[in-house]
Amino acid sequence: MNDEGIDWITRAGTRAKGKRPDTLNDYNAERTLSIVMALAGEIAVVKERLDTVERLLETKGSLTRADIETYAPDRDAAYERALMTKEYVARIMRGMQQEMEAMEAAPEPSLDELNIRMRDS
Amino acid sequence: MKQDVPPPYTAVARHAVFPTPGHDEAARYNFLAALNKYLSGSIGAGNKIAYDTRVLPAFRAEYGRDPVDRFEIRDAMNADPWHRYWSALKRNSMEMRQQNGRAITLRQIDELSAKVRQFNEGRDTLELDPALPQPHYMDVADIHCMPGSYHGEERPGDMSAGANYDSGFFATTAGALGALTDGGGQALVEWIRKERPGWKPRRILDLGCTIGHNIVPIALAFPDSEVVAIDTGAAVLRYGHARAQALGATNLRFVQMDAEDMSRFPDGHFDWVQTTMFLHELSGKSLPRIIDEAARVLAPGGLMLHLEQPQYSADMPLYEQFIRDWDAFNNNEPSWSAMHALDLKQVMAEAGFPPESQFTARVLAVVDRDIFPQSPDGAAEDHGRAAAWNGYGAWKADA
Repeated sequence: MNDEGIDWITRAGTRAKGKRPDTLNDYNAERTLSIVMALAGEIAVVKERLDTVERLLETKGSLTRADIETYAPDRDAAYERALMTKEYVARIMRGMQQEMEAMEAAPEPSLDELNIRMRDS
Repeated sequence: MKQDVPPPYTAVARHAVFPTPGHDEAARYNFLAALNKYLSGSIGAGNKIAYDTRVLPAFRAEYGRDPVDRFEIRDAMNADPWHRYWSALKRNSMEMRQQNGRAITLRQIDELSAKVRQFNEGRDTLELDPALPQPHYMDVADIHCMPGSYHGEERPGDMSAGANYDSGFFATTAGALGALTDGGGQALVEWIRKERPGWKPRRILDLGCTIGHNIVPIALAFPDSEVVAIDTGAAVLRYGHARAQALGATNLRFVQMDAEDMSRFPDGHFDWVQTTMFLHELSGKSLPRIIDEAARVLAPGGLMLHLEQPQYSADMPLYEQFIRDWDAFNNNEPSWSAMHALDLKQVMAEAGFPPESQFTARVLAVVDRDIFPQSPDGAAEDHGRAAAWNGYGAWKADA
């Protein structure tokens, strides 16, 4: 807390006024998705921090925490890191991509049906 | 193949009152920029696929006709599991952006307050009115899930709402507004220089300026003009004034005022009255009143210009209207949907601008394209956040 006593950690996460849309129509799914997405973000942060440490060590041979805090990638490094994050997002969102592709696919029989069909053909 | 990726948060310009991000806080914004780009770009088209392949066919089967408006499409799409999950992801992304921006800002609130105070104290270019009430349309919900909206204060005299707002544009636009989040204002400067080469407005007025990010480039481009920016939120004005001073826009005065009552300005006081992404925050009754009042303070021969996302005209497909409406129902933009369905030309006509004096201009963000990408359009557009606008404007007849 700072001098005036603002509990900034709690205040950072406070709710916005206005009823939250019940998008998934499932209280537990909503809560869990919020946790999963926050964790997904934190893994991206750790990956980026590790990348920073690697790059600093590669160029300087040693580092301080201040080096990490003030690191700004050059254009090539920024591209490589953004690509890493893009690929990471695509990996965790695989289910969404595949469900999207499935909507466009021709109607498919279930694997149960296919098992019977294969047995009999 | 060079992939389409956002620039790093470290490319954002840090003016003297900008909240300093730590390494991990910048990385959190980088993740959100990538996530938003993925949701709107890589899989945003999934919403249309869901609509075309199953939602519309099911609607036709049930009703024997097509949807007649965007609301029927929304009701039907809200029954689709893929769209619902996409919406849930996007809502979470908006909430995570707010938490990160507030964490950055509030953990350094004392240092930021001290810096802002240095730029504000003793200057007559910031005029606050503690007696001014918030208009009801600003207080029914916290706009775009920003806790406290533009006017909330963590303590008396607070400016953190402005600082948080400034820090997070990058995440939701993937950098498309540029290093100083002023791609809209820069675009206006470029537009007016082509439209009226050599024009020197004596006075310019910006309504609903928030932190002044769009009016600062105009004030800098017209250093001999007297520029006034008004808003009802003291928190954003305190920050915006300090920010403008830090960027050298000393001809820019910030005033806490409701645009419905600008009686302290005489008729015809300003040569240019401007709003940027403001009208969509106004209620149905306040909007025409504000346009009327803006018309009153505009000088003969002057320019009125409103930058917004495109209006829902009759020739805009209903599906596009529906997807552009997402923020209205999922991101606390309660005035967005009705405002975008308004006939702005009619509102302007009723305020005294005959149709032949009106125009519509397409305005694209002007930023350093070496670093900051252009907003995608078409299917990959992040509707409501694109760094491209329609300018709805009119030149007032000479006296």
